[in-house]
Amino acid sequence: MTSLILILISALFFNGIIGRVKSISAGRKGPGIMQPIKDVIRLFRKGSVYSEVSGPVFKAAPAFYLASVIVAILCVPFGSKAGLISFSGDFVFFAYALALGKLFCIIGALDTGSSIEGMGAAREATYSMLAEPAFFLIMGSLALMTGHSSFQSIFAALHPVGPMSWALTAIAMYIFLVLAMVENSRMPVDDPKTHLELTMIHEVMVLDNSGIDLGLIFVTGYLKFAMYAALIANLFIGSIPVGFGIPVFLAVQAVCAVIIGLNESFTARFRMNHNPQFIFTLACIALLAVFGVMLMSGQLV
Amino acid sequence: MNNNILHVSNGSCIKVADIPVLSYDCFRATTLELMSDKARHCVSYFGYSSAEAIRLMMCIADDAAHDILVFACDVENGARLASAAADCLALERYEREIHENWGLEFEGHPWYKPVRDFMPGKYKFFEMEGEELHEVGVGPVHAGVIEPGHFRFICNGEDVLHLEIQLGWQHRGVESLMLKKKRLIERVLLAEGIAGDTSVSHSTAFASVWESLCGFKPGKEVLWARTLAAELERMANHTGDLGAICGDVAYQLGAAVFGRLRTPIVNFSQRWCGNRLGKGNVRPAYAPYAFTEELRQQLLSDLSAYERDFLEMSDKIQHFPSVLSRLDRTGIVSTEQAESIGAVGMAAKCAGVCRDTRASHPYGVYASLGVQPVVKESGDVLARTELRIDEVKQSLAIVRALLAQMPSFGASECVNIPSAGCPASGSFAIALTEGWRGEICHCAVTGADGELVAYKVKDPSFHNWMALALAVRGNEISDFPICNKSFNLSYCGHDL
Repeated sequence: MTSLILILISALFFNGIIGRVKSISAGRKGPGIMQPIKDVIRLFRKGSVYSEVSGPVFKAAPAFYLASVIVAILCVPFGSKAGLISFSGDFVFFAYALALGKLFCIIGALDTGSSIEGMGAAREATYSMLAEPAFFLIMGSLALMTGHSSFQSIFAALHPVGPMSWALTAIAMYIFLVLAMVENSRMPVDDPKTHLELTMIHEVMVLDNSGIDLGLIFVTGYLKFAMYAALIANLFIGSIPVGFGIPVFLAVQAVCAVIIGLNESFTARFRMNHNPQFIFTLACIALLAVFGVMLMSGQLV
Repeated sequence: MNNNILHVSNGSCIKVADIPVLSYDCFRATTLELMSDKARHCVSYFGYSSAEAIRLMMCIADDAAHDILVFACDVENGARLASAAADCLALERYEREIHENWGLEFEGHPWYKPVRDFMPGKYKFFEMEGEELHEVGVGPVHAGVIEPGHFRFICNGEDVLHLEIQLGWQHRGVESLMLKKKRLIERVLLAEGIAGDTSVSHSTAFASVWESLCGFKPGKEVLWARTLAAELERMANHTGDLGAICGDVAYQLGAAVFGRLRTPIVNFSQRWCGNRLGKGNVRPAYAPYAFTEELRQQLLSDLSAYERDFLEMSDKIQHFPSVLSRLDRTGIVSTEQAESIGAVGMAAKCAGVCRDTRASHPYGVYASLGVQPVVKESGDVLARTELRIDEVKQSLAIVRALLAQMPSFGASECVNIPSAGCPASGSFAIALTEGWRGEICHCAVTGADGELVAYKVKDPSFHNWMALALAVRGNEISDFPICNKSFNLSYCGHDL
């Protein structure tokens, strides 16, 4: 329950912090930190417009998308305190709950029959597919090292293991952070700002959504960021008391948002055909982690 | 047969009666023969109605001899002619335009596609068969505040096989309005509005045509002010484009810095003539806004502040890997392609074709400045980015040289606006200027009463849209926006 509340609170500010960092580094006044939330409130007040050719799948997709992410968030623990859903192997459930939401988003986009949205859906599916091995490999190596197989028990047992656990923490941090960027279609893989229908990934997939539907998709995006940052925070708070854990958790959320904002301010986006290579490097790094753990624990030789 | 042809210089006026009138066969053969030399390109080819017939007027610029070759041909209404574009691709859009405006048929034309007169539903777009191919249509209404144009891609997955561009939504009838509006001020305002971002160069071309028709020689300070305004326009637009290119690759720092740097230049224009785009700054026969010593000091201090930041930022994007990886080898136009489609200005100069009116057909005070065109060989987005950077540096030097030889403007308040006089009867005038996109050509023909009977405008975008269509072939569709921005062509300049 603690993690759910904290993730909801962080989600309120996460995109606002990214926006602030970007506007400050560009020398602009920029929107306030609560602007993303105000956008959502504005969208919720509006009605939705549906094209004549789209059907019930398109209308249902945003709700499924949001629901899937909420279910995934329920799996996320707060350090040694388990999330609302916790069982052995829950990280597999977590990954596929997210994938289910993405599936609905993709078939919703295909339902519109727009060639541009089809293109966006194809890109989103490809990159999610490529990102999946990285998540499982890094979670697998954590499980291998700690000898546990649920989020809560892995994070609780992570740190007493020794120096290897810190090395693994560093790798996992990097992978979760980049996964958050890929899954949210942010730089350097996608750029939410340009509004060019031919270059976008996620934004173009939801081009037909409007009003409440679009608001739900925005909310889902904010929650996803906070969720991945919560996984990163969990790498540190597994073995410390809750009282210290909460500030650490919130600090990690803020640092993640600042890093993403700085990255978006000072680099250019990748060319589309470099994206698969980039996402595959994540899986490769995760694979290194797996081999490292196996070597250390004597399971390889 | 070449002895027949009239050689005129840029910004000059001749009698229509002196223009050699050839038979169509001879006209076509002469055109093809002249166009086979790479130093020559067609700057204008248009028709106008004269005495029961349609007169076709061909103007070919010879960059090596620094003159323009003019000859004509009379054909009947609805005549069927052998297409010259079938043998010389650079003429294809001119022939389509003549077909559209005058109903002449060009047999053997490679692609009779509408130029501006586009009827949705009636016209069948180019198609390709294939299980794996899909079409993506974008526009005419785009995401963002840009002009309308329809782009139709045929793609294999993410790769573009073919791009068809259909324009015409911005057609306002500039050329016919030029004839209808009788007051000079209305005509100048029309010329300024042909393409709002190139208003100085278009109105300079108009002023030059008008002055030569009237036999008026503008004073040195008038030419000086026009040249200065044109170079400031070039700097402002190039800087804005560099910002937009950075924005398209999502490089926020570049977009923010270049976006800011455009402002002092356009603000200076505002201070000088009351308009950020230089509208109102060019009028036939006089310079409406005196350039004072105070403005000179202001511009010098603006430029030194501008230069410092511009050099730092341009140096950064030329060496920043994540930006370079997007620009390098994206959207290549080869030298052969640029030559064959008759590309002008930036599109040509980036593909190794040196076409710069400031050097080949100097006007204003450019002859004394000795401009050396910037030419890049690689023809990709990076070349077009670097060209802009180099041209801005060049313009900085030109502006400083101009400021060093500032003429006196006399009294700043003109009570009696000088007039160029009345246009001579039965005359033809042609003026080329180098706008920031490239060569602009204005032609005018007057009748026996000295009234305009034809006015023809050619914006560089007229040819260069084809360069964009060729550039994106074989690229990823997601690179189209950056290719498009690197050309930054004008929709309204094309549509007129």
